[in-house]
Amino acid sequence: MSQLIEAVIKDKKSWGDYFFVTFQAPELAALAAPGQFVMVKVSPKGPPLLRRPFSLASADREEGTIAIFFQRVGLGTNLLSRYSPGEKISLIGPLGRGFSFEDLAFPGELLLIGGGRGIAPLYYLAQKLKERGLKVIIFYGGKTQSDLPLREALAKKKLADKLILATEDGSLGFKGLITDVLEQEVLSPLAKKAFVCGPEAMMKKVAELLRRWNLPGEFSLEAFMGCGFGVCWGCVRWIKRGQEYQLVRICQEGPVFSREDIKWSEEE
Amino acid sequence: MVDLSVDLGFIRLSNPIFTASGTCGYGLEMIPFLELKKLGGVVVKGLYFEPRQGNPPPRLVETTAGLLNAIGLPGIGVEAFAREVLPQLHQQQATVIVNVCGNTDDEYERVVRYLDDHPGIAFYELNISCPNVKEGGQCPALDARATFRIVSRVKKATQRPIMTKLSPNVTDITIIARAAEEAGSDALSLVNTFLGLAVDVETGQPKLANVWGGLSGPAIKPLALRMVYQVVQTVKVPVVGIGGIVTGYDALEFLAVGAKAVEVGTANFVNPRVTLQIIDELQNFCQKKQLSRIEDYIGSFRPRREKQKT
Ligand SMILES: Cc1cc2nc3c(=O)[nH]c(=O)nc-3n(C[C@H](O)[C@H](O)[C@H](O)COP(=O)(O)OP(=O)(O)OC[C@H]3O[C@@H](n4cnc5c(N)ncnc54)[C@H](O)[C@@H]3O)c2cc1C
Ligand SMILES: Cc1cc2nc3c(=O)[nH]c(=O)nc-3n(C[C@H](O)[C@H](O)[C@H](O)COP(=O)(O)O)c2cc1C
Ligand code: FES
Repeated sequence: MSQLIEAVIKDKKSWGDYFFVTFQAPELAALAAPGQFVMVKVSPKGPPLLRRPFSLASADREEGTIAIFFQRVGLGTNLLSRYSPGEKISLIGPLGRGFSFEDLAFPGELLLIGGGRGIAPLYYLAQKLKERGLKVIIFYGGKTQSDLPLREALAKKKLADKLILATEDGSLGFKGLITDVLEQEVLSPLAKKAFVCGPEAMMKKVAELLRRWNLPGEFSLEAFMGCGFGVCWGCVRWIKRGQEYQLVRICQEGPVFSREDIKWSEEE
Repeated sequence: MVDLSVDLGFIRLSNPIFTASGTCGYGLEMIPFLELKKLGGVVVKGLYFEPRQGNPPPRLVETTAGLLNAIGLPGIGVEAFAREVLPQLHQQQATVIVNVCGNTDDEYERVVRYLDDHPGIAFYELNISCPNVKEGGQCPALDARATFRIVSRVKKATQRPIMTKLSPNVTDITIIARAAEEAGSDALSLVNTFLGLAVDVETGQPKLANVWGGLSGPAIKPLALRMVYQVVQTVKVPVVGIGGIVTGYDALEFLAVGAKAVEVGTANFVNPRVTLQIIDELQNFCQKKQLSRIEDYIGSFRPRREKQKT
């Protein structure tokens, strides 16, 4: 069950427009799973009026901490970026349904594919997968070098058996889109599943590739959220339920969905 | 201890704070955050007879101190509601108010007839802001005659009290209020959302798939308060105030102008426990003012005499 709490900021790291913020929140850490998210009230008395959703980028039960990784894109993320350790902030979480990986076992090989800030939930997932001794291949792409700030932490914590970077301007790793690199990748017969989060166009392309390879995949979707806990019906997307597509609340039944269940275009 | 209970004539409620329709789901989604029985009432999401998908996304846009929505009343329909939701709400000892919707006059009637056979509903809130298919998609709430027609019909069809929820998107809301009262509505609630528009400047397209939507939240409070005041002056039936309430003071403003109770909407999204905080704030306010009953505060608003213009 999710909770509404006041959490103290424990640590903050920043790289340009990207921020990694750790909260002391034992109540949430105890329940958290990769792919779930929190709703953050970035200003105690607005604006912005509404909370903002952020995927959990980490959770540590023993330390009683959770973390988010975000990009500054507008008013809310701008205000959030100004908080300092020691300050308090209101959180609701953990919310939604995360990735399913419990059934995966060695010698499975997993592809984690993240674009820009979409690396956030995968960063948490990678920690859990490595704890289980699974082989993790991370594809991490962005416009330019500065869009890949978590690359060092991924390497240092050995969260990827193989870390593949791509930038559109070629300033780091492969030049091009992360999906171009993925397309050229020779898929290992051990590849079991892909986990994906990033811009809509990127996720759509990845979904196509996975379909071609007949590889299962889970995608963390985004939508503007009014509440985050299922009461406003504002966050819906067309998702397959039984034989037909229905408008399903992302915050309740997602944000993570299987590739086959997501309607990627109007034609489907 | 202050007595926060209020009398709507047909029912006495433990306090004047409800969660508004469409902002607390079917009530059950709020259980992680609050005990439903502590609320004066829980107004559940608008219910049509059949299940519905609602509008395509995007359905929400945040505006300055407000929220623009075009959700389009998706829902599970009366059967699933009565079978799956109502027993759970009953178990929670919630005071349940069902927001009744319809595409046609007939559908409103079918909804209340069906629900009348199920215990555990205190009364109905008639949502006359639903597009009516037989009237080219116009909402009954925009027209006094259509309002009168639907309210009379539902009143005859049900054993339970009805509260008609008015739309603010009219020139003179007192005319619609009077029509609903004359048709037998036992109470009135207002306001529903104000029609509004938001443009994506990059694409030149509307931000909502439905083009426009309804504005709610703090931005509408003074507009709603003025209308509640006018309607209280016009009708004899109890009035429930809605619009932009976030704090105890906001609620008190509506009570001051004569609302017997209030509904809290958008604020639940920001703080799902906000209604309990408002109840505490009412307690504290009454204690400070040495009022033993909140009812002694209701209607205490005294407009100043207009000063002589020089
Ligand atoms: C489940 C979920 C998980 C998420 N996880 C993460 C995460 O881990 N990390 C992360 O960084 N983000 C994440 N997001 C996205 C994040 O919630 C948003 O980036 C954030 O809410 C933006 O808030 P803001 O107030 O900063 O931006 P806003 O002020 O709301 O603006 C957003 C964008 O809209 C543009 N805009 C505003 N008005 C107009 C207009 N009139 N016309 C055209 N454009 C306009 C702005 O320029 C800006 O780019 C997640 C979202 C979801 C749904
Ligand atoms: C997302 C959303 C959904 C709503 N759904 C309904 C509904 O189903 N029926 C209804 O009568 N009013 C509905 N409303 C209107 C609210 O009940 C309320 O009248 C309005 O939001 C103004 O109150 P507020 O400013 O406190 O939110 C909805 C409002 C919002 C924001
Ligand atoms: S964000 Fe409100 S229902 Fe999903």
